[in-house]
Amino acid sequence: MSAAHLSPNPVIAIRAAEKTYPSGVRALLPVELTVAAGEFVTLLGPSGCGKSTLLNMVAGLLAPSAGQVQVGEGERVSFVFQEATLMPWARVAANVRLPLDLAGTVRDAGDRRVSEALQLVGLDKFANAWPRELSGGMQMRASIARSLVTEPTLLLMDEPFGALDEITRNRLDDELLRLRRERNLTVLFVTHSIHEAVYLSDRVVVMAARPGRVVDEIAIKPAAGRNDDFRVSIEFATYAKQLQDALLAASRNADEALA
Amino acid sequence: MKRLLPPVMVAILLLGLWQWWVMAYDIPPFLVPSPLLVMKTLAKDWPLLSGSLLVTLKVTFLALVASVVIGVAVAFAFVQSRWIETAFFPYAVLLQVTPIVAIAPLIIIWVQSPTLSLVICATIVAIFPVIANTTLGLRSVNPGLASLFRMHGASRWQTLMRLRVPSALPYFFGGLRIASGLSLIGAVVAEFVAGTGGTGTGLAYQILQAGYQLNIPRMFAALVLIAATGVALFVLMGALSRRALGGWHESALRTSEEAA
Repeated sequence: MSAAHLSPNPVIAIRAAEKTYPSGVRALLPVELTVAAGEFVTLLGPSGCGKSTLLNMVAGLLAPSAGQVQVGEGERVSFVFQEATLMPWARVAANVRLPLDLAGTVRDAGDRRVSEALQLVGLDKFANAWPRELSGGMQMRASIARSLVTEPTLLLMDEPFGALDEITRNRLDDELLRLRRERNLTVLFVTHSIHEAVYLSDRVVVMAARPGRVVDEIAIKPAAGRNDDFRVSIEFATYAKQLQDALLAASRNADEALA
Repeated sequence: MKRLLPPVMVAILLLGLWQWWVMAYDIPPFLVPSPLLVMKTLAKDWPLLSGSLLVTLKVTFLALVASVVIGVAVAFAFVQSRWIETAFFPYAVLLQVTPIVAIAPLIIIWVQSPTLSLVICATIVAIFPVIANTTLGLRSVNPGLASLFRMHGASRWQTLMRLRVPSALPYFFGGLRIASGLSLIGAVVAEFVAGTGGTGTGLAYQILQAGYQLNIPRMFAALVLIAATGVALFVLMGALSRRALGGWHESALRTSEEAA
């Protein structure tokens, strides 16, 4: 990982990027953030802190009103939404294939990549199912398969497991870590769950609301790797407390500023 | 099958009561004919009535096709730009709210071909739900999917064919179901207005003629045919909608699960 930090070409380089809406609402104060290849960085904060705004700017869905957001040349970017956002009129395989179809990939090559992606998320038996026949967790897996089918190098995820129950969420968190390892992915992840942030991330960017801004940055380095034991370790709790304190301090400062 | 049984039982009960009432109180057939007499008349007058049925069916079908083709085209134009929609939507509403019986005489005078004039009237009646529903459907695109298409560099055409059109299908079929009934109503109403002027030979014309001649059993027979046509259209559109929406849309699923 340290080699990645030294790499001269970061995957994401955000320089003083900010977002002010024409109405004058400041959604995001200037942000500085660099993400290196292979890093898992999480944006953590309450709703209204601008974490989704920042992610959408990296995805190119939103333009910063000032500053710069750069994604490294040659990076293949995929986005996973908060909801599965599958096309209800297409079967699972056709949903996963969509990015390839839009890019005009030939049939046979597409077929192979679709079945590979479905296998990666454990949905190979459900290629012909309709989205509505899948559980919430399986729909999310299909959505992740769709994001993997283009063989991305950078994965942007906007609270992807927020609507799922805790047990399913934990399992998908583990699968995400495995995929990231196997595919050597760089991930920028948005969540409002402290536990999810600690479990997944190499680095957590703590954000605060009104106005949306970055307040802290905390590195997570589990001594014995990320597994079920880590979830209930003192080390995990210490990191969680650190993040919680940072979030609380930020909201207290904001309240004082208002008073 | 289970869903068919209750309405059939109600029909048998009501028809039986009707038959009994007519026979028991000796009601003259020029006031209320018995169901059996209506069926007999339907069989006896079939050569005459079937010809009229075909005329009415033709007008209904042509009007439905016209309202789908024109209605969908208008809806596509509306979603291309807000300006077009704001400018023209009030006129679609105007067509909808003006009673057809008030415009029909003008159209019948202006248009030479009797069939064409009837089709125009019925289309005016049937087109609005197609326009309104399809426009709504083409706009009802999941914003997440829209972002996804944008991020993957989808062309305008790809977005239209792969995202907007499928999103609009359930709405379109809802509109089609209403329009099918309205096109029949429009056809019959227009025939009534065209009246006995020598142009119409549809079912409404037969009802008018039968009324003048106090041939009430034939009037009922023609009514039965119109009602049966309406029901058949409704069932047909339902089947078409289920077929097109396949396994994915709730509206298609609920009925197929109940039927199973």
